[in-house]
Amino acid sequence: MEIIAALMDGVWQALQPTNLLLAFIGVVVGLFVGAMPGLGSVNGVAILLPFTFVIQEMTGSATSPMIFLAAIYYGAMYGGAISSITLGIPGASPAVATTFDGRPLALKGQADKALVTAALASFAGATVANVFFTAFAPPLASVALKFGNPEIFALMLMAFATFVGLGGDDIPKTIFSICFGLVLAAVGFDEITGAPRLAFFDIVEFQHGIRFLVLAIGVYGIGEMIWTINSSRYKQTHTEANITFATVTAAIREFPKAWKGTSIGSGLGFFVGILPAAGATPGSLMAYGVTKMVSKNPEKFGQGDVDGVAAPEAANNSASTGAMLPMMTLGIPGSPTTAVLLAGMVIWGLQPGPLLFSNQPDFVWPLIGSFYVSNFIAVIVNLAFIPIFLWMLRMPFTILAPLIFVLSVVGTYAAYQNMFDVWLMLLFGFGFYFLRILDYPVAPAVLAIVLGPIAEPTLRQSLLLSDGDWSIFFTRPIAGPITVVAIILILLPVFKLIRDRLRSRSKEAT
Amino acid sequence: MRKAELIMAIVLGLLSIYLMWKSGEGPSWDPTVQRFDNIGLIEGEGPGSGFWPFWLSLIMLGCCVWTGVNWWRRTTPPSQSEEPFLDSYAQKMLLFVGGGLIGFLALIHVVGFYGAMLVFLIYYLYFLGRHSITQTLAISIGTPIFSFFFFDVAMRIVLPKGYLEPLFIPLYDMFL
Repeated sequence: MEIIAALMDGVWQALQPTNLLLAFIGVVVGLFVGAMPGLGSVNGVAILLPFTFVIQEMTGSATSPMIFLAAIYYGAMYGGAISSITLGIPGASPAVATTFDGRPLALKGQADKALVTAALASFAGATVANVFFTAFAPPLASVALKFGNPEIFALMLMAFATFVGLGGDDIPKTIFSICFGLVLAAVGFDEITGAPRLAFFDIVEFQHGIRFLVLAIGVYGIGEMIWTINSSRYKQTHTEANITFATVTAAIREFPKAWKGTSIGSGLGFFVGILPAAGATPGSLMAYGVTKMVSKNPEKFGQGDVDGVAAPEAANNSASTGAMLPMMTLGIPGSPTTAVLLAGMVIWGLQPGPLLFSNQPDFVWPLIGSFYVSNFIAVIVNLAFIPIFLWMLRMPFTILAPLIFVLSVVGTYAAYQNMFDVWLMLLFGFGFYFLRILDYPVAPAVLAIVLGPIAEPTLRQSLLLSDGDWSIFFTRPIAGPITVVAIILILLPVFKLIRDRLRSRSKEAT
Repeated sequence: MRKAELIMAIVLGLLSIYLMWKSGEGPSWDPTVQRFDNIGLIEGEGPGSGFWPFWLSLIMLGCCVWTGVNWWRRTTPPSQSEEPFLDSYAQKMLLFVGGGLIGFLALIHVVGFYGAMLVFLIYYLYFLGRHSITQTLAISIGTPIFSFFFFDVAMRIVLPKGYLEPLFIPLYDMFL
């Protein structure tokens, strides 16, 4: 009862005109920043952090600037899906998995359905996470602390396993793609020993590593577009994406069909989100994999299944709220964006940690209240803007394609401000286009380059901890079961292969 | 396609071997470290810096061999296909679109992002897309203007201008 009363008071504070306006502006800014390839919530929050000092001076409270930043964070998470669905380019890493089914739906002329599903699943995910956050923040923080390096590595293994076990028909190509992405993630200085690695042809720029967006924009912005131009021969105009009030309401009515993906994404996303160093990207990818695994029609994934849109979107929004939990209760940021938010809290004189809830209730509860309010504003704004997003799809393909190329080039430069990365992005675009012709799946490589920087150090630090003993991944109470499940998932295709061979032999015999 | 499947598997296999070789390099500042010293467990330090990429590259090599076996047994669609890897349309498309993109990036070094964007869009929309000159100019001029206000002014991400930099100085004075 005490929590509900505090929450109601918090929501009331968040609904005050100034805070409401800040939340609205934050959501709209976040939505556009998130939708822009190359920019994500971290850019929006970091760029507008100085602006919050003005807000603090104007309102005299640390809560209002935090509400503004949290609203940007929310908006950006919703926005990431827009470019994934309409352009096929993930705006930021948490939206990668949304591309897998969102883009095919858009190509089928059902972009409205994909965008509505993404918006509503995001709303559902964030709402579930908000409820968990409100009710169980302190005990969940202690669970998160039990996740050490072996547990995080086991979780990463699980993420890869869902892709191998459920990936395309060609297992060696799927494994190759994952390993290639992981090796690309290892380029640059080794963060444990400080030794430079894989600096190809002694090019200095490789020492800063190969960033996720360089590969993702290359694969989806360049490679995918060249693929589409070649396969459609410019006949594809995307004019099927007609938008009316009726089509949006029809898509809203159909949303309950995506209940499975939404519920898996909401739960799994929040759980992965609260783990330090995990964040929204592994959460969304795992949610996609698990939803595909439990689906009755896994073969429809990648072809435009609404569950394939709902799961990652629910997960990345749920994880974003989840990532706030260790940030507020332990002072540990779970993602780069929460690191900037943490910095903001410290600048405003707040001390994140276990005592924050008891020492600063007048800050904490309005902020939690604003999560609910911002989430509500975000879904309304997102649904209202769908006609504008779809307008892009109604452009002739001969206009859309060069604009996507331009956006890919500018987006890559804007992210890292380095022309070398832009050239590298183009190289990846062409390279993965050729690989795709030969049925090499590209998504696992993108997944791997995102998760590689988490997986490698956790594996190595675990082995350092155990003095090289691999049983550390099996003997610990949390890591053990996760590792076993991951190994079973990895071996699943081999079992299927043996089963199919035995069946075909017995058929031949009869 | 069948031939391309095998050639790609061989190329990727060679790439994997190169990556294994490269992973084994020790830090240049320590001449006592021999190649491949860093790919195993080091006493008191855990796995070395080459441990992760080396073994992954080995798995990649194994996958290439597996793909080769599948090619030989004709079990995958590309290994059964007799279609060309790139037909004449794809070759032309790669030349014009890919060539245009390479030209776009090369131009950035000379006339900056906004100048290159303008030229690329005119090339693509007018010559490849066959749009009217009015539509071409509207989009080709509008896109750099929107990009300038979004990136340089709103997001404070200054894109390179190359030799066109002096033209932007009055805009900097007005908006930045």
